[in-house]
Formats: sequence, structure tokens, C-alpha cells
Amino acid sequence: MPDVTTLIEVLLIVIKVVVIAMILFSLPMPLTWLERKVAGHIQVRLGPWRVGPHGILQAVADAIKLMLKEDITPDKADKFLFRLAPLLALVPAFAVFVTIPFGESISIPFIERDVTLYIADMNVGILYILAIAGLGIYGVILGGWASNSKYSLLGALRSSAQMISYEIAISFAAIGVVMIANSLSLVDIVGAQSGSILNWNILYLPVGPVWFAIFLIASLAEINRIPFDLPEDEGTLGAGFHTEYSGMRFSLFMLAEYVAMVTVSILCVLLFFGGWNAPFDMPLPIPPIPAIFWFIGKVSAFIYFFMWLRFTLPRYRYDQLMTLGWKVLIPISLVNILVTGYMRI
Amino acid sequence: MLISYLAVLIIIGFVSLLGIGALVASYVMQPRNPYREKLAPWECGMEPIGEANRGKFRIHFFIIAILFIVFDVETLFLFPWAAILNDKSLSLFVFVEMIIFVAVLALGLVYAWVKGALDWI
Repeated sequence: MPDVTTLIEVLLIVIKVVVIAMILFSLPMPLTWLERKVAGHIQVRLGPWRVGPHGILQAVADAIKLMLKEDITPDKADKFLFRLAPLLALVPAFAVFVTIPFGESISIPFIERDVTLYIADMNVGILYILAIAGLGIYGVILGGWASNSKYSLLGALRSSAQMISYEIAISFAAIGVVMIANSLSLVDIVGAQSGSILNWNILYLPVGPVWFAIFLIASLAEINRIPFDLPEDEGTLGAGFHTEYSGMRFSLFMLAEYVAMVTVSILCVLLFFGGWNAPFDMPLPIPPIPAIFWFIGKVSAFIYFFMWLRFTLPRYRYDQLMTLGWKVLIPISLVNILVTGYMRI
Repeated sequence: MLISYLAVLIIIGFVSLLGIGALVASYVMQPRNPYREKLAPWECGMEPIGEANRGKFRIHFFIIAILFIVFDVETLFLFPWAAILNDKSLSLFVFVEMIIFVAVLALGLVYAWVKGALDWI
């Protein structure tokens, strides 16, 4: 018979999981609206405008449309894997959030209890995130192969080669941060950056900015966004690995992609920009800004940055992409590991 | 500590339920009007020729996958090393050891590079 504290703990975990999963499940709706709005204004037009004020209900309309669309399973497809693949892409994208901290802890006023703003502080945090995020490749490769279409197959091969190539660079960048913080737990990594802006890993000179550049470039490739959105290269591949998908299954892939973008923004903030720490102490006698607002603000800035990139940069060619991954990022990472190690011993 | 891994199971179960729920809801509401052309794989409007998933693909992707495994295992060895690096009693020893390890793998990368495994034509 488990005691009451354990039961309460399990209950808290379940509540947190439900809240985070529901937020992430609905987050792509405002994000798609925002992305189209940003696109519109960058290209000197209005973006979504008709549905609701400033087109704010456009995402709802899109969601309803995707729900009501016919879900086609091609005749020649491997039916089971074709239906399984969207779920395989979706679940790892969400499972990553088990160990992502949004803050330290807050006390709930009425029940007199401190609640941590993370589901679990694993001692292998960053390694867990890399491992689970890597599982997302199965959705891509199985979906592309099971479609039994040439465009899907080529798209799946290209995207999986791209994702595994850049996963090495991401791991190296994560190792760099672990070397600076001496812990794999994300809470400890953020804790090591507390104090002032000078303690942030991005300002750990001279290696911090290099690690950040490697991490940013590799994660852009990992989440298939411009300038590395080769899987969705319309000119050569149709729609890449999800050419044959439509309706709800297609939207599950899109959902996973947006959640991955949020994850990468959060990781950039946690690993390099001090997490929820304020950049400096407020000199004015005003109450300090709560940590969670700093966190959300930084993450939003990164999400906006990724959208900005999407409508600014052209797309890489595939051989350039692989050259960048294997011949530039990995050698730089290897050298950087030695430099960081020399600085830390 | 083990309780933090229970959360992984819970989130996997819950998200699978959400995903399947969305698929079922859409299955109930959507129209169904399949015909031969709609169910054929997309090929720019041509009649599809042959099967795509017969396992024919460029061997280069396979080489990249093998290289990935080598380097991914390398990064796995680096993680615990990075976590204990500031332990003064053994840091210099493990640092030199890791230099040798990284150098061996860098040699592997140079070999693959010279052999042209990283070139895409």
C-alpha cells in the first residue's frame, strides 16, 4: 500500500502532464496565426485578415478544416505503418517536456504546498531530451517509406540523413554546456547561470558563443526549418515525406513540428540564455519581475527569431547542407570540446 | 528518483490518447469518397510507375547512418566525462585520456573525408 505522499506526488505529476500536454496541443494554433502574420508583414502585406479581428480566428478555422478533411490512405501504402507514423512523430515531441523546467517552484496559496514548475528533474535531463527527440526520426522515415510514393521515400531518406547528421552537432553543443555546468540536469544547468547576465553560457568566452552558434544551426536543421527545410523542398520533392498525408494525420505531423520548434526555443534559453534568471538586478525599488515572465519572454523572442529567419533566408542545397554538418560543424565541435575542457580543468 | 520516469510513461500514454482521439474525431466527421486516382500515390499527375518502397536507395545514406552511429556513441562517452570534468583529483588524467579518444575519432572522420564518404555529387 503506497503512502499518501507518494499518491499526492503521482497525482501532481498527472495534473502537470495533462496541463502541459493540453497547452502544447493547442499552442500550434496561435503559432500558425503568428507565423502567417509575421510572414505577411515581412512581405509588406496584411497576412490573415478576414476571420475575426486581425484574422485571429484563422487558426481555429484551419483546425476545423483539417478535422473535416478526408484522410486518404493510398492504395499501395503499408496501411499499418502509414497510420502509425504520425503518432510516432507526435509522441516523442511531447515526451521531451517531462524534464524541461519552466521555473524553480511556486507555492500554491490555498493548499500551502510548493509545486515545482517541472514534471521531473531527472539527473540525466539533457541526455533524455536528446534521446527522445531522436526518436522523432522514426515517424519521418516510416511515414515516408510506408507511403510507397517516390517523393515521400526520397523526402524521408533526405530528412533522416539530415536529422541524424545534425544530431551529432547538437549533442556536441549539449556536451559543451554540460562541461561548463558540470551537470546533466537542466535545473542545475540553469542554476549555474544565475546571478547576472555575465554568468550566462552565451557569454562564457571564448567558447560560449561558438557553442551557441553550433547549437542554433544544428537545431534549425533538426527541426527542419529554413534555411534547412530540405524535407519540404517543394521544387524537387513535392511535400517531402508527408506528400501522401492529408487531413488529421498531416496535422499531427505539423503539430509535432511546431512543438519541436517550441522545444528548441526553450532549450536555447535554458542552455545558453540563463533560463528563468533575470539578466540583472532591478536597481529601481519596484517589485522584481517573476522568473516565469523572463522565461516566457526569452522563449517568445526565440520563436519570433525562428519565424523571422523563415521569411528572410533562402534554402540550402542538399550537398551544401551535408557539407556544413559534417565538414564544418563537427570539426569545430571537436576542437571546441578540447578548448572548453582545457578551460574547465 | 524512479518516480520521475513514471512521468514519461504517463505523458506517452496521454499524448497517444490525444492523438488517437483527434484521429477518431476526424474519422467520424470527415467525408469519404475514394476512387482510384485519388488513392494512387502522387507523381506529378502521371500514372505511377513501379513500387517506391522496394528498398532501392542510394548507398550513401547508409554510409552516413553508419558514421552517425560511430559519432553518436562517441558523444555518449563524452557526456559522463563532461559531467565530472571539474573533479580536481582526476580531471587532468581523464582530460588527456579524452584527448586521445577524440583524436582517434577525428582520425576516423579524416579517413571518411579523404575517402569521399562525406561528398555528395
